[in-house]
Amino acid sequence: MEPLTQPNEKTIATTRPKIFEVTNLNVYYPDFRAIRDVSLNVAANEITAFIGPSGCGKTTMLRSFNRMNDLIPTAKITGTLLYRGADLYNKTVDPVEVRRRIGMVFQKPNPFPKSIYDNVAYGPRISGKVKKGTEMDDLVESSLRKAALWEEVKDRLKSSALGMSGGQQQRLCIARAIATNPDVVLMDEPCSALDPIATGKIEELMTQLKKEYTILIVTHNMQQAARVSDRTAFFSVEVEEEHDSRTGVLVEEGPTEKIFSNPNDQRTENYITGRFG
Amino acid sequence: MRNGLRTTALFSLLVSILIVLSLVFEAVTFLNGIKISWLWGDQWAPPFNEYDLKTPLVGSLIVTGIAMVVAVPIGLASAIYLSEYAKPITRKWLKPVLEILAGIPSVVLGFFALRWVTPNIVQQINPQAPGFTLAAAGIGVGILTIPLIASVSEDALSAVPNSLREASSGLGAKRVTTTIKITIPAAISGLVAALIIGISRAIGETMVVFLAAGGGGNQAQFTTSAFDSGTVVTAAMAATTAPSDRLSEGVALQSLYFLGLLLFIITLLLNLIADRFVRRVRIIY
Amino acid sequence: MALSTLNSGAEHAREKIVRELQGTRFDISGFIFRFSLIFGLGSGVLILGAVMWDVVGDGSGFLFDRGWEFLTGNASSRANSYGIFEGLRGTFWIGVFVVVFAFPLGVGAAIYLEEYASDSRLTRFIELNIRNLAGVPSVVYGVLGLAIFVRALDGFYPNSIDRHLGSTTAAAGATLAILVLPIVIITASEAIRAVPQSLREGGFGVGATKWEVIRHHVLPYAAPGIFTGTLLSLARALGEAAPLILIGGVLGSLGPKSSLLELEQLGERFTAMPLMITQLAKKPAFIGDWNSATAAAILVLLVVVIAANLIAICLRNHYERKRS
Repeated sequence: MEPLTQPNEKTIATTRPKIFEVTNLNVYYPDFRAIRDVSLNVAANEITAFIGPSGCGKTTMLRSFNRMNDLIPTAKITGTLLYRGADLYNKTVDPVEVRRRIGMVFQKPNPFPKSIYDNVAYGPRISGKVKKGTEMDDLVESSLRKAALWEEVKDRLKSSALGMSGGQQQRLCIARAIATNPDVVLMDEPCSALDPIATGKIEELMTQLKKEYTILIVTHNMQQAARVSDRTAFFSVEVEEEHDSRTGVLVEEGPTEKIFSNPNDQRTENYITGRFG
Repeated sequence: MRNGLRTTALFSLLVSILIVLSLVFEAVTFLNGIKISWLWGDQWAPPFNEYDLKTPLVGSLIVTGIAMVVAVPIGLASAIYLSEYAKPITRKWLKPVLEILAGIPSVVLGFFALRWVTPNIVQQINPQAPGFTLAAAGIGVGILTIPLIASVSEDALSAVPNSLREASSGLGAKRVTTTIKITIPAAISGLVAALIIGISRAIGETMVVFLAAGGGGNQAQFTTSAFDSGTVVTAAMAATTAPSDRLSEGVALQSLYFLGLLLFIITLLLNLIADRFVRRVRIIY
Repeated sequence: MALSTLNSGAEHAREKIVRELQGTRFDISGFIFRFSLIFGLGSGVLILGAVMWDVVGDGSGFLFDRGWEFLTGNASSRANSYGIFEGLRGTFWIGVFVVVFAFPLGVGAAIYLEEYASDSRLTRFIELNIRNLAGVPSVVYGVLGLAIFVRALDGFYPNSIDRHLGSTTAAAGATLAILVLPIVIITASEAIRAVPQSLREGGFGVGATKWEVIRHHVLPYAAPGIFTGTLLSLARALGEAAPLILIGGVLGSLGPKSSLLELEQLGERFTAMPLMITQLAKKPAFIGDWNSATAAAILVLLVVVIAANLIAICLRNHYERKRS
C-alpha cells in the first residue's frame, strides 16, 4: 500500500483544493431556462473569469454560487453545486451563512448611504463576530488596506461613502466584501461602470487578493479576462427561434492562455477573434 | 391652445389666492369684533362669545395623537410588508384592499366610530366613557389615515434601489437586518414625510370627529381626557354652520374663518415640510 | 492507511463545512419582525372587514325590505318610511359638476404643465401650489365655497328673509369641483409624464404640430391613467360631507320634490348622500330603525364609491400589465 499512496499525496499537494464542483446546473425563470447543464470546477486561490455575449447567463451563473438567485422568488435551480464538498442547495443550508463565506461585488458600485467606516464595518457587525471598538477599527483599516483604499480615505472615514469617486466606491465595496473574511469573492462586471485608470487599479487589486481569496469574475471585457484570470469559462447563448427564448450554455472552460490562444471550440474562437458577439 | 391651457393652470393659483383672502379678511374682522380675553377660558362656545382656543387645539392634538398611534404602526407595517416581503401575487391582491380602505368616505368611518368603536373598544377600555368621546374619534381618524401612511411609506421604500438590498444580502445579512439597517434608514426621509402627511390629514379630518366626539353642538368644554366628549378645530368649524345649530351672521359665525385660517396655516406648514422630505428622497436616488 | 486517513480527513472537513452552513439557530428576530408586519397588515385588512361587516349586517336587511321605495322616497321623520332620493339627486348633480368643470380644467392644466410650460419659477410655484392645495383640508374648501359662492349669491338678494339663497346645488357642485381639481391635475400630470418621449418624437418626426402630437399621440396613450385618476377624484367628491355642511347643505328633507334631471334645482337648496348619512347617524340609535336606515344609506353610498374605485383600480392594473 505504501508505494501507491506516495504519488497520490504528492499530486494533492501540488494541485490546489477544489472550492466549487458544479454538475449539470440549470437555472429556470418562469418563462425560460437561463442556463443549461453547466458543469465546471473552481480551484482555490485562482481567478476564474466568465466571459461571453450578453444574455448568455454568466451573471445568473455567478449569482448561483452564493445563492443570490434565491432573492428572485421565481427562479428555480436543478443540478448540484458543491462548495468544499458541501451541497450549497441542500435544504439544511442557510443562504445567509453561504453569503457570509462567499462575498459579492456588483456591477455598479453600491455603497450604503452611510459613512466609509460604517460601510466596511457593516458585515462584521451584523454577523456579531467583531464587537470591540479597537478590534473593529483594526479590521476596517486592514480591509481598506487590502482594497488599496486606506491611504486615500484614512482622514475621512466618517464622511459619507456617496461622496467618493466611482472607482473609490467600487474599491470600498471590495473592502466591504472582504471585511467579513470570506473564502470566495464573486465579482459581477466590477469595472463596467469605471474609467480605464480606476479599472487598472481594480485589476491590480484582484491579483493581490487571489493570494488570500478565490475569485470568480464576470466580465464583458476580453482583455480584462486575459490580463487577470487564471482560468476562463466561455458561455454562449442558444436562441430558440420558435419560442423566442434564449438559454446560456457553457461552451468550454480551461486555462486562460489556452482559451485565448488555442480554444477547442469553434464558437469560442469566433468570439475571441471578434467574429461574433 | 397654449394660452387657453395656461389659463387653466393659473386657475389653481386663483383658488389659493381666494382661499387665503377669504380666510384672512374674515378672520381679521373676527379678531376686531371680540375682546382678546375671550380667546382664553374653559369652553369653546361661540353663541356665548366664549372662544377658548385651547379647547379645539388640544382636542385636535388628542385626536391626532390617538390617530397616529393607530395608523403609524399599521400603515408602516403594511408598507414594509408589501415592499420588502410580499410576493408579487400577494402584493397584487393586498394593494387594492388598502386602496379601497382609502376610498371609504369619512362619514362612513364617523358612523363606524360612533356605533362600533365606541361600545366595542372605547367603553371596553373605560366603562365610564360617554357615548361621544375624543378617543373614538381618534381611532376612526386613525383608520382613515392608515392607507395614506401606507401608500406614501411604500413609495419611499420602493424608491430605495435594489442594489443596496443586494449588497446587504451579499454580505450575509438576513432580510430583517437588511430591512432595519439598510432599507429603512435609506428611506427615512420619505417615511418622515408619510408621518407628517398623515398628521396633516388627521388634523384636517372633520366628519369622524363631528359625529363621534360630540363636537356637533356649538359648545364644548375644555378637556385633556380622551374619554370625554370634545371638539377639534375642524368639527368646531362645521358646527357653526350645521343646520340644527347654525349661527346667524356676526362675530360668532366669523369664528369659523378664524379657525379655518389656523387650520390652513398648520396644514400648509406640515405639507410644505413633507414636500421637502419627499423631494429629498428623489434627489438622492 | 495514509489514504484512508486522508480521505477521512477530507470527509471531516466537509462535514464541518456542512455543519457551519446550517443556520446556527432558529431566526427569532426575523420571525418576530415578519410576524409583526403581517399582524399590522392583517389589522388593516380586518378593520376594512369590520367596517363592511358592520354596515352590511345592519343595512342590507333594511335595504332589501324597503327596496326601491328607499331609493326613490323622500326623507321622513320615521325610519320606516325614510327615503334617500333627495340625497342621491344632490350627489348626482355634484358628480355632474365635477365631470363638467373639474375634469376639463384639471386635464387642461396638466397638459399645460407637462407639455407646454417651461421650467420657470412661475411653473414650479404653480406645481408647488397644486401639491399644497391637494393637502388643504376639505373643510377649508367649504369656507371658500361659503365666502365665494354662497355669500356672493346672497348678495343679490340683500333684503330676503331667507339668508341661505346662495346655498344651492350649483354652489355645492362648484365647491367640490374645486376641491378635487388639484387631485385631477396631479394624477393627469403623472399619466402624461408616463408617456414615452419616443412617441412624441415620432409624431414630430412626421411633421405634426405640437397640438396634433398631444391630441393624436400623448392623450390617447395617457387616457387610461387620466381616466383612472379622474374616477378616483370623482369618488372622493361624492363622499365629501364637511364642505357641504359649511356651505349650508340641508341635513334632511328639502320639501317639494323635483325630479332627478330638473335643471331648476341647481338654483335651489340642496342635500347629498353624505349629508343625509350625517343626519341619520346623529339620530338616537335606540329609537326605531334609525341604525338600520343609516347603515342602508351608507351601503348605497359605499356601492357607488367603491364601484368607482374598483373600476379605476382594475383599469390601471389592466393597462399596467399590457404595457410592461
